Amino acid sequence: MPVTDVTKDLQARALTITAEFAAPVERVWQVYADPRQLERVWGPPSHPATVVDHSLEPGGRVHYCMTGPEGDRYYGGWRVLAVDEPHSFTFEDFFADEGFNPVAELPTSTAEFRFEPAGAGTRATFTTTYETAEALQQVLDMGMEEGATLATNQIDALLAEG
Amino acid sequence: MLVLVIEHDEDRADAFFHALSDRTRRDILRRVLAGEHSVTALAASYDMSFAAVQKHVAVLERAGLLTKRRVGREQLASGDVDAVRSVASMLSELEEVWRGRIDRIEELIQEG
Repeated sequence: MPVTDVTKDLQARALTITAEFAAPVERVWQVYADPRQLERVWGPPSHPATVVDHSLEPGGRVHYCMTGPEGDRYYGGWRVLAVDEPHSFTFEDFFADEGFNPVAELPTSTAEFRFEPAGAGTRATFTTTYETAEALQQVLDMGMEEGATLATNQIDALLAEG
Repeated sequence: MLVLVIEHDEDRADAFFHALSDRTRRDILRRVLAGEHSVTALAASYDMSFAAVQKHVAVLERAGLLTKRRVGREQLASGDVDAVRSVASMLSELEEVWRGRIDRIEELIQEG
């Protein structure tokens, strides 16, 4: 598994996922620099993403739309804050309406994606920081930790019962 | 991304996640999924008042995770297996968002 670590920091309201990829930093950077590659990794298979606007530079915007199995659409965007090609970039990640205007009621997060050489490959660190403790707690409650473990254990138990 | 899942049935998701956000309620749910328990027996397992345990049971019941029936003066609680399955599927979908993206990057860069 490329994922090597998942950590949460409640005080900093941050979630960090570390992964290692068997490719140089420049190759991993291309995944984000090229909208056609980005849309292949961003949305889950059930909700493929279409990147509509893509400007990965400070002050730039990335707008995307994801389409669900029943044609339902979800809009979101990045407000790019800083770029240090090919090592890191930071952005605000927001949910949007059809015109790509941020929706205030949904949690906005700030993300930092960092790529460092690790042997012949790349160690990628994806840090997402939520504006409020409530927003992060909401996400954590929704399954990163105990909730997921509980649910998984329950399913295991149920299956064992036959 | 996370909203993808909960938008399907937001009120239901709110009730589920609220019910599961408490350690005692998760523990009660574990017990009642394993088999029917009287609320009195459950209350004896925790260092809190009968009324407090009864409140936790009520939250789980409102979330659809637990059902109660009355036998004489006893209230018997059991876990709702189907409801727990749907929580599990929502939760695993969320975790997959993170892991799925990383797997797709891996695939993409291995294409060369």
